Amino acid sequence: MHEQSIVSSLLTLALENAEKANARKIVGINLVVGDYTGVLEDAVNFYFGFLSKDTIAAGAKIIYTHVAGQLRCRDCDFLFPLQKHEYHCPKCDGRRVEIVGGRELYIETMEVE
Amino acid sequence: MTARILTIKENILGANSEKAEINRKLLDSRHIQMINIMSSPGSGKTSLILRTIDRLRDKFRIAVIEGDIASSIDADKITQQNIPAIQINTGGGCHLDAQMIRKALDALDLDRIDLIFLENVGNLVCPADFDLGAHKNVVILSIPEGDDKPHKYPIMFVEADVVLVNKIDVLPYFDFKLDTFPEIISGLNPSARILSVSAKTGEGMDGWFSWIEETLA
Repeated sequence: MHEQSIVSSLLTLALENAEKANARKIVGINLVVGDYTGVLEDAVNFYFGFLSKDTIAAGAKIIYTHVAGQLRCRDCDFLFPLQKHEYHCPKCDGRRVEIVGGRELYIETMEVE
Repeated sequence: MTARILTIKENILGANSEKAEINRKLLDSRHIQMINIMSSPGSGKTSLILRTIDRLRDKFRIAVIEGDIASSIDADKITQQNIPAIQINTGGGCHLDAQMIRKALDALDLDRIDLIFLENVGNLVCPADFDLGAHKNVVILSIPEGDDKPHKYPIMFVEADVVLVNKIDVLPYFDFKLDTFPEIISGLNPSARILSVSAKTGEGMDGWFSWIEETLA
């Protein structure tokens, strides 16, 4: 059910921006999704299909750019990608790790007519 | 008609965050603190709130907003204590959003409240991404759930002001490593306060009550 409310917000944002630009149709939406958001493509496509049905976004293709979880060691500052839920630094073995990337959820660009 | 590319760069949940900020300002204008309590189902959110009401009701005027997928079981327990409670049923939704909270706030008599506990939907994933306008986030993790949860569901713990380890009365029956647990939390979120409690027996609860009093001071 998470995706239903996210898709509803996504659609509102897309339609607002299309209206501002006097667009008649939304052809494509470039969506940036961080892995920590847990947002699934299939679920987004499914909800987008029926929520956009009677709007100028109907039939728009969503193109996904995934951003992996990015971590920073608080001890040695080393940046590394999240792998297998492991939160220790591969360089110094430090256990104090900050999440610095992977929570993104935004529309980068839209293609409109 | 020719195709054009629009640059948007806007967060999908931006509208929710704006509504959350309005909620927070409304609460600030009435000098009310709202504490958002998140956890898995069954980790003891309602029990913790009931025990806290029992202890602090003479010091603060308390109200509760109860988020559940369905039923009013939790709100009924609160109203039996003569404490105002608003039940939000998400109808299957896995989290609350700022608009739902606004409606609940409108149904409360804000002139007669100092402290609102917001019991979120039992879920360690989705609620962390939705700002509701609370002033503090509290995450409860109970001993039977295991000490590996912060690394499985890190975002919830990153957002926490307080992590309450609940049900420490059953610690001898589980493999939860309570001595090394604070390192896991402080690694992810160095500013989180970590408190070990049993909402059932009352053990450790004084630390929690003190934290609330500090927050409202």
